[in-house]
Amino acid sequence: MRASLGYFFLAVGVAFDLLGCVGLIRMPDLYNRLQAATKCVTLGTLSILVSVMILCSPATGAKAFLCGAFVLVSSPTAAHALARGAHRSGLRLWEKSVCDRLAEEKKG
Amino acid sequence: MTLLFSVLLVCCALCLYRVARGPSSADRIMATDILGILMVGFCAILAISTKKDYYLTIAIAWALLSYIGVIALAKFLEGKGFDE
Repeated sequence: MRASLGYFFLAVGVAFDLLGCVGLIRMPDLYNRLQAATKCVTLGTLSILVSVMILCSPATGAKAFLCGAFVLVSSPTAAHALARGAHRSGLRLWEKSVCDRLAEEKKG
Repeated sequence: MTLLFSVLLVCCALCLYRVARGPSSADRIMATDILGILMVGFCAILAISTKKDYYLTIAIAWALLSYIGVIALAKFLEGKGFDE
């Protein structure tokens, strides 16, 4: 039961990683790619680390918990900083994007 | 296990494609960030399959280094120093 739960989380994590990387290729501009890839890959990696916590010994699980907590905090932060930097550096949105609140706020 | 490793390798290849292709430099920075997070998952799967826990130490160090690198490059992209 415990092992099958661990392998289930492992498979879910790898599937999310794959879907996130497909999004990295398929999406039209930086901002879309950033949200597709960052969210999916963060969830996938966290799921793999949860399966380490389930399958391995408690000492290894503690390390995996530490690593997962750090990834959970750092990955969205890095994506946010990168999107902000790209917007400030003048990277244009995709031409079919409907709304750019940051530019509106800066203008008004 | 081999299947999981090969799927993750395909993910890494897609990230490297985006690094090579990426129209802007922000795309390349993002793809290396994603590659770093994927490597954390890779190390975690290695820790499961070999039962050695030092792979997770590698994963933590890799996550820290990747995070610092991306923040530095994003600040560079923004055209500012670290002390706003």
